[in-house]
Amino acid sequence: MYDSGKIIAGIVIFLLFVTFPFYYNMGKAVAKPDPSVDTPVIKQMEKKQCIESKQAMKTLHMQLLNDWRDAVVRDGQRLYVATDGKSYNMSLQNTCMHCHSNKKKFCDECHNYMAVKPYCWDCHIQPKEGA
Amino acid sequence: MKMLVPLSAVIVMIIIALAGVEAAGLQALFGIAIPYIAFLVFVIGMVLKVINWAKSPVPFRITTTCGQQQSLPWIKQNKIENPSTCFHTFIRMVLEVLLFRSLFRNLKTELNDGKVVYGSDKWLWLFALVFHYSFLVVLIRHIRFFVVDMPFAIEIIEALDSFFQVGVPLLYLSGLGLLVGAIFLFLRRIVIPQVRYISLPADYFPLFLVIAIAITGIIMRYFTKVDVVAVKNLTMGLVTFSPVVPEGIGSIFYVHLFLVCTLFAYFPFSKLVHMGGVFLSPTRNLANNSRMERHINPWNYPVHVHTYEEYENEFRDKMKKAGLPVEKE
Repeated sequence: MYDSGKIIAGIVIFLLFVTFPFYYNMGKAVAKPDPSVDTPVIKQMEKKQCIESKQAMKTLHMQLLNDWRDAVVRDGQRLYVATDGKSYNMSLQNTCMHCHSNKKKFCDECHNYMAVKPYCWDCHIQPKEGA
Repeated sequence: MKMLVPLSAVIVMIIIALAGVEAAGLQALFGIAIPYIAFLVFVIGMVLKVINWAKSPVPFRITTTCGQQQSLPWIKQNKIENPSTCFHTFIRMVLEVLLFRSLFRNLKTELNDGKVVYGSDKWLWLFALVFHYSFLVVLIRHIRFFVVDMPFAIEIIEALDSFFQVGVPLLYLSGLGLLVGAIFLFLRRIVIPQVRYISLPADYFPLFLVIAIAITGIIMRYFTKVDVVAVKNLTMGLVTFSPVVPEGIGSIFYVHLFLVCTLFAYFPFSKLVHMGGVFLSPTRNLANNSRMERHINPWNYPVHVHTYEEYENEFRDKMKKAGLPVEKE
């Protein structure tokens, strides 16, 4: 092999790049997210049901919130009619956070796990919670 | 045909992944076994390829030059186009690898009244930059599926990539750039007759593969949605060597993953290996110092040379007796 010093250095750099996730996670605990719906308001509900189905909320909540924001801020429209015909007040703080009052144990669980930083709280006031 | 074969290959792979997951329930095969195999093939293949290249001797300086070489002191040398020192070669390589300078020289050849004329054509350079940098950013962004806590530098890249905050989930410019770049590179091959003529199935296949990967990724993120938390459970299982197959990840994820695995496994055996090859191109990474240093071919057979000096030493006496002129008395 010619220029073996440079070649080996190059290969080592390549290997460090591609195996990054394998050594980066060493010794770090992988905690799976477990969002909690254990809040006083949800406990009192007879039928524990969000405004849409659980699956829809899981994958589409961000689009729903985005649509709500546009409807409220740009069109002054505050009435949301859900798929099951019930209507709700479009409001993050008064509707969503009324039941899900546990941001740290609910929102942040998955968002932190996925390293997602939604910009809800750039404008809204973060709910005060005892840690 | 040159396009049909690679296109159907990609479609068949999409069908294989769909059928394997939906009908046969082979989530463990497509989610665990194939990714590991593809990764190993990629890493080992790349290393062996580079070692194989490094074993080929490059005895002489075969630099492609396009500027004045180092000459007499009053003649100005073009140090980047015709480097003669290690440092200038390094600068040339950095500019080539990061900015694709050789593509900047791409020309358009046309017949004009029966004469061949050349014109500047920067589109290939521009879209090649868009394509490669988008692909790099897309790759870096995917780190978030493979680490517990995001390194700060990658968070910054992600924030810049979604800078315009279009929609939710935020639109990533790199995803768009990757697709647009790949489509341009494909159109270039079918629109320009000369390029179309020399394009082979091996040129189209990676393009179709990358386009399919970009489209499935975009569909997953912005349209049909998959359970990303479950996806991360799977990917974290892979990198911590405790693989799991979570329930309820959409089939499109497995299609995306299978196509990515194909790309990785195909990488070391195809033109895509230019990722490593660009660093080992002897026409780029050598200094043009043939006039300053003597480069000896390492596999030259040792030839015994009998120089005139040795000849004279041997026969000096006889030469003198015969009256022949000698250099040394």
